[in-house]
Amino acid sequence: MDLCDTPEEAEFRARLREWLHEVLPGLPPKPDPADWPGRRAYDLGWQRTLYDAGYADVHRNASPALRMIFLEESEKAGAPYVGANFVGLLHAGPTIAAEGTDAQRARWLPPILRGEEVWCQGFSEPDAGSDLAALRTRARRDGDDYVVTGGKIWTSHAEVADWCELLVRTDPDAPRHHGITWLAMPMDAEGVTVRPLRTLAGSAEFAEVFLDEVRVPAANRVGAENDGWRVTMVTLSFERGTAFVGEVVACRRTLRQLACGARENGRWDDPALRRRLGRLDAEFRALWRLTQWNVSAAMAGGGVPGVGGSVFKLRYSAARQELYDTAADVLGPDALDLDRPWVLDRLSSLSYTIAAGTSQIQRNIVAERMLGLPKGR
Amino acid sequence: MRFQLSEDQRALKMGVRRLLERRFPREALRAAVDAPGRIDRELWRALGEAGFFALTLPEAEGGVGLGRPEAVLAFEEAGRALLPGPLVATHLAAGAVPGAAAGETVVAAVGGALVEWLDAADVVRGDTSGAVPLRSVDPLTPLHRVPRPAAADPLAVLLTAAEQLGGAVRLSELAVQHARTRQQFGRPIGAFQAVQHLCADLLVRAETARAAVYAAAVTGDPGDIAAARLLADEAAVRGARDCLQVHGGMGFTWEADVHLHLKRAWVRAQRNGSVTDSEELLAAGLVS
Repeated sequence: MDLCDTPEEAEFRARLREWLHEVLPGLPPKPDPADWPGRRAYDLGWQRTLYDAGYADVHRNASPALRMIFLEESEKAGAPYVGANFVGLLHAGPTIAAEGTDAQRARWLPPILRGEEVWCQGFSEPDAGSDLAALRTRARRDGDDYVVTGGKIWTSHAEVADWCELLVRTDPDAPRHHGITWLAMPMDAEGVTVRPLRTLAGSAEFAEVFLDEVRVPAANRVGAENDGWRVTMVTLSFERGTAFVGEVVACRRTLRQLACGARENGRWDDPALRRRLGRLDAEFRALWRLTQWNVSAAMAGGGVPGVGGSVFKLRYSAARQELYDTAADVLGPDALDLDRPWVLDRLSSLSYTIAAGTSQIQRNIVAERMLGLPKGR
Repeated sequence: MRFQLSEDQRALKMGVRRLLERRFPREALRAAVDAPGRIDRELWRALGEAGFFALTLPEAEGGVGLGRPEAVLAFEEAGRALLPGPLVATHLAAGAVPGAAAGETVVAAVGGALVEWLDAADVVRGDTSGAVPLRSVDPLTPLHRVPRPAAADPLAVLLTAAEQLGGAVRLSELAVQHARTRQQFGRPIGAFQAVQHLCADLLVRAETARAAVYAAAVTGDPGDIAAARLLADEAAVRGARDCLQVHGGMGFTWEADVHLHLKRAWVRAQRNGSVTDSEELLAAGLVS
C-alpha cells in the first residue's frame, strides 16, 4: 500500500509536466463557451498538439495510473480538457478498437487520435434516460443500408460532430437488451436534424437529434446485428474509472479559493462556515484517495474499472453540489449574480447527480451488483 | 502508486480477524455486555502475544516492527469485532509503559475530555484529577469526564478512525445480511429500492472512509488524519443508524447488536475531542 509514483510513473509525470510547461503558453485563447465552431477548432487543435507530442493515445492505451497522472498534471497546469473529443477518445474510439473490424479501425481511429473528427453519443432518448435499454429509435435493413428513424437527446457536441455512435433497435420483438445494434452514423447524412437544447444554466450544452429515414451503410455497424448492448457495455465501464480525476483536482483548488474569498469578505469569522469548508476538504481529500484506490484496483484487476466507479460517482456528485452551495454561502447576495465566479458552476453542478446514471440508479447498481441484494422494484 | 493492500497486509488483517473470531465471538461480546466494566485479562494477554499492542514497536525494543498501515488494519478488525477495552491507549503505551506491549498491563489515557476504563486499567496516562464517572451510554465502555481535556494525539485519532471504519464495514454487512433474509410483503426487504438505497449508502460511506483512513495511514499527514477521522466517524455513526433502520423494530431491541455498534461509534467520535477540532484544523489548512 503506497501512494508514491513508480519509477515509470515518476518519469512520465516529470516529462509531461515539462512538456505542458513548454507548450501551454503558446495556446490560442479559450473560445467563448457559446461558440461551438470555435470550441471544436480549439479542442481538435489541442488533440493535434497531443498527437504530435505522442500523448494522443494516453486515454486509451496507457495504464490507469498513467491516465490519472495525465489528467492530474493537465488540470494542475491549466491544460484544456478533452472537450469535444470526449466521445471519440473515451467511448466510440475504445468501442471500435475493441469490437470493430480492421477496416473500421483504420477508417475511424486515426482521425480521432489526430484531432480531425469529432464524435457524439446517440444513446439517450427522451423516453429512455436512466433506462437505456428502453430505447426506441428504429433501424430497418434496406439493401446495403440501415434506415433509421427516431430521436436522441442530451447529445453533447452534436452541432459540431462528424460522427455519432448510435444505438438503434433492429429487432423490436427481441427482449429489451437483445434487439439493439451499434452504428456509426455520419452527422451530415440526409434526415439528421440537430436542435440545440438550452439548459437551466442558460447555455446550449446539449442538443436533440431527430432522425428521419436516415440511411446508414450496413458497413458502419460495429459488432453483430442485435448485439449492440454487449458492444456498448464493453466500453461503458471505462467511463467512471478516471473520468473525474481532473475535476477533483479542480474542486480542491476551488475550495482553497473559496476559503481565501471567505477570509477576504469576512465570512470566515463564521465558525459554521469554516466547519463546512473543513468538512469539504475532508470530502475532497477522501475522493482523491478513492480515485487512487479505484485506479490501483483497476490495475490489479486487469485494467477495467469495476462498480467502484458507482461508489465514487455517488459521493462525488453530491460533494460537488455541496461545494458550490457553500460557495453561494461565501458569496452571499452576489451568489445571485451570473457574472460572479462559481455561480454558473453552481448551476451546472445540478446535473451531476443526474448525468451518466442518476444517483438513484447508482445506488441500485451498488446494492444489486456490489452487495448482491435481490433485483429491485 | 499501488494503493491496495499487499499480500502480507491482507494476511495480517485476516489473521487478526480469525484471532478475534476465535477469542471474542458473539457469545463473548454478549457476556461482556452482561458483566460490564471488567477487562478480559486472558484475551488481553492473547492480543499481546499476537503482537497487537507491539505492532509498530521497533523489533530492537521487542516489537513487531511494522508500520502505521499495519496498525490501522489491526484496529479496523478490532472495530469490526466491537472489541472492548482501552486498545488505542495501550497500543500507544507500548514501549513506554512496562508490560503494555505484552498485554500484561492495561493502559488507559485521557483523550479529549474523557477517560475510558479508568477504574479497570493498571496505568492511566494524563491528568485525571477531578475525574467524574459518567453513567456510560455504551455498556461496554466505562467513562469518566475530566475537567482538563488533553490535546488529541494524531496517532490516537488515526487508530480510532480505523476502529470506526471497521465498525462501519461490519454494519454494512449486518444490514445487507438482514435485508437479504428478512421477508416482508412476500419478498426479501432488500428487493425494495428504499432499503437498497440505505444499504448502498452504508457501503459508499464505508468505502470512502476506507480510502481516507488507509491514505492517512500511509502519509501520516495531520490533515489526512483529520479527514480520515471525519469520514470514519460519519461512516460509523450514520452507518449504525441506517443499519438500525434496515433492521426495523428488531434494530431497536437490546438483543440485536446494532445498538452496541451505534453507542461505541458515539464514544469513539468523542474520544479525541469533537469533530469540530478536525474541521477547524482542515479549514485552517485551506488558507495557510
